[in-house]
Amino acid sequence: MLSRGVYPLMAARHLEPDTAELRARWGDFTWTPANAAKAKEIVARYPEGRQRSAVMPLLDLAQRQVGAETQTQGWLPVPVMEFVARELAMPIIRVVEVATFYTMYNLVPVGRFHVQVCGTTPCMLRGSDDIIAACKKRAMPTGGVSADGLWTFIEVECMGNCASAPMVQINDDNYEDLTTERFDAVLDALAKGETPKAGTQDPARRTVEPAGALSNLTAMASENHDYRGEW
Amino acid sequence: MALSDKDRIFTNVYGYQPWNLKAAQARGDWDNTKALLERGQDAIIQEMKDSGLRGRGGAGFPTGMKWSFMPKESKDGRPSFLVINADESEPGSCKDREILRHDPHKLIEGALVAGFAMRARAAYIYIRGEYIREAETMFAAVAEAYDAGFLGKNACGSGYDFDVFVHRGAGAYICGEETAMIESLEGKKGQPRLKPPFPAGAGLYGCPTTVNNVESIAVGPTILRRGAAWFSSFGRENNKGTKLFQISGHVNRPCVVEEEMSIPFSELIEKHCGGIRGGRDNLLAVIPGGSSVPLVPASDIWDAPMDFDGLKAVGSGLGTAAVIVMDKSTDIVRAIARLSHFYMHESCGQCTPCREGTGWMYRIMERLRTGDADVSEIDMLQQVTKQVEGHTICALGDAAAWPIQGLIKHFRPELERRIAEHMREAAE
Repeated sequence: MLSRGVYPLMAARHLEPDTAELRARWGDFTWTPANAAKAKEIVARYPEGRQRSAVMPLLDLAQRQVGAETQTQGWLPVPVMEFVARELAMPIIRVVEVATFYTMYNLVPVGRFHVQVCGTTPCMLRGSDDIIAACKKRAMPTGGVSADGLWTFIEVECMGNCASAPMVQINDDNYEDLTTERFDAVLDALAKGETPKAGTQDPARRTVEPAGALSNLTAMASENHDYRGEW
Repeated sequence: MALSDKDRIFTNVYGYQPWNLKAAQARGDWDNTKALLERGQDAIIQEMKDSGLRGRGGAGFPTGMKWSFMPKESKDGRPSFLVINADESEPGSCKDREILRHDPHKLIEGALVAGFAMRARAAYIYIRGEYIREAETMFAAVAEAYDAGFLGKNACGSGYDFDVFVHRGAGAYICGEETAMIESLEGKKGQPRLKPPFPAGAGLYGCPTTVNNVESIAVGPTILRRGAAWFSSFGRENNKGTKLFQISGHVNRPCVVEEEMSIPFSELIEKHCGGIRGGRDNLLAVIPGGSSVPLVPASDIWDAPMDFDGLKAVGSGLGTAAVIVMDKSTDIVRAIARLSHFYMHESCGQCTPCREGTGWMYRIMERLRTGDADVSEIDMLQQVTKQVEGHTICALGDAAAWPIQGLIKHFRPELERRIAEHMREAAE
């Protein structure tokens, strides 16, 4: 069993210090042309005068752009938050409030692969201890970045993949029905620059059906069956 | 009695077939939606009421009645909004994800029908941030619906203008609470609002708003097509319809499956999940409705009907029908302590009893896990849960309290055994 204090495996939530170096690197952050177009489209989803509603998607977009520039999942330096605040005519503190409240905004740099292992009870019952141990065995630092720049580990709360537990989310993809061996295979593939198949890692399973013994909707497995004729 | 495939609403729940518009239409979605709308607002709401559908997000409030609370006309020019709660974050719950990624058009068509019935101007689908690929599918599906003329101006040729927007969260369980979701949609921290005013009076942007779960909305068009009598032919009185169950933990084959309400626990597990790991005698306890409801010991759950009333009768609840099964290998104290950790992590910090209480509860739970506690602390913990429960703006405080209360109620001897063992070891 893992030893744990009160907040042991969670990444600490604190802002990266706002230094001169940080300003020099990110002070002139602005959208790429592609993201400028996306930002415009995002703001248009909300009613006139309610552009503040776009703060969450714009922070996500900014984090992704930082990620693309740093070859990581991305994070939110203070000058980037200031940029988003200017874009939406919001006080900076309101943006910082949002960025610090929602855990998917990375407040400090992360590795190329943000390994987020679900440790909540449904995954725990199916063996997430083993998955966390595998991360520890590879010396992935909790919240920090590994020496090779590749890995950041964090234990997260329920990701909503409970019927295909245990699972991990790495950047944008989920890997489900893990065992230590299957998890190691995913990590090895990522380290080699490959793209492992996302979703269930159980070769006998498609998504969340009863694995290997489909109990219902069997006609759907082979054709796009229209049941209306049987109503 | 068992639900047959022809009566399942979510026929592509396993994603064997494409989610796209063409495939969805071949399965029966968007089939003359205009005719559904032509029945008129009041008729649609009446049909939903008659169907007996109760909200699928956990609280079980009658959906048709909820829609009827919306204003029939805007006296001051404020528009009305429908907000669809796809912030599925309750531990154990993983059903809305399958709708979002495998049957998105059921949800979008449902959004139009529900939005029309409650006279809303637009719907926002709030998807939890971690559902990244699922949100990509929803964005693409909504775009398909616009291109086909099903959404936007004169939606489906009905003469009604209706927009659907997708909004992604960013990792906060509390945004599943309806007023926190509205705050979040407005670009703020997701901290619940005091009620009243209720969202139907003043919700998103101060406008009348209804917040509904994904499943509640997505079943709407099928109920209208097949009729309230069809839907209400499943399940017991007051517990009608079909329901997506999600079975996780110690069963041989965990899965998501649509079944009829009131199916006995044993049948659900035997029929779809290949039984309990190690057999029926190896079952220890079940959390039948997601992490917020109290656990039920094996002896009480086996024959219980899986519905609102049946699970209430055994001291728990249906919640989101997220069934977490635990066999006798489970460290039951740790299983609940881990949920306490979850609530500590997810407390939004607004109300002191919850912000402080969730941490207190977790720390005592961790000591009870190892037995490093005094027997009197079991009662103290019970008291702490009672001081949190009912003393907060939203139900997160209650949700943090109930699993612990369930543990103490059913497993007190186990807690005492660990304390005695710890004392014995310390003495040696």
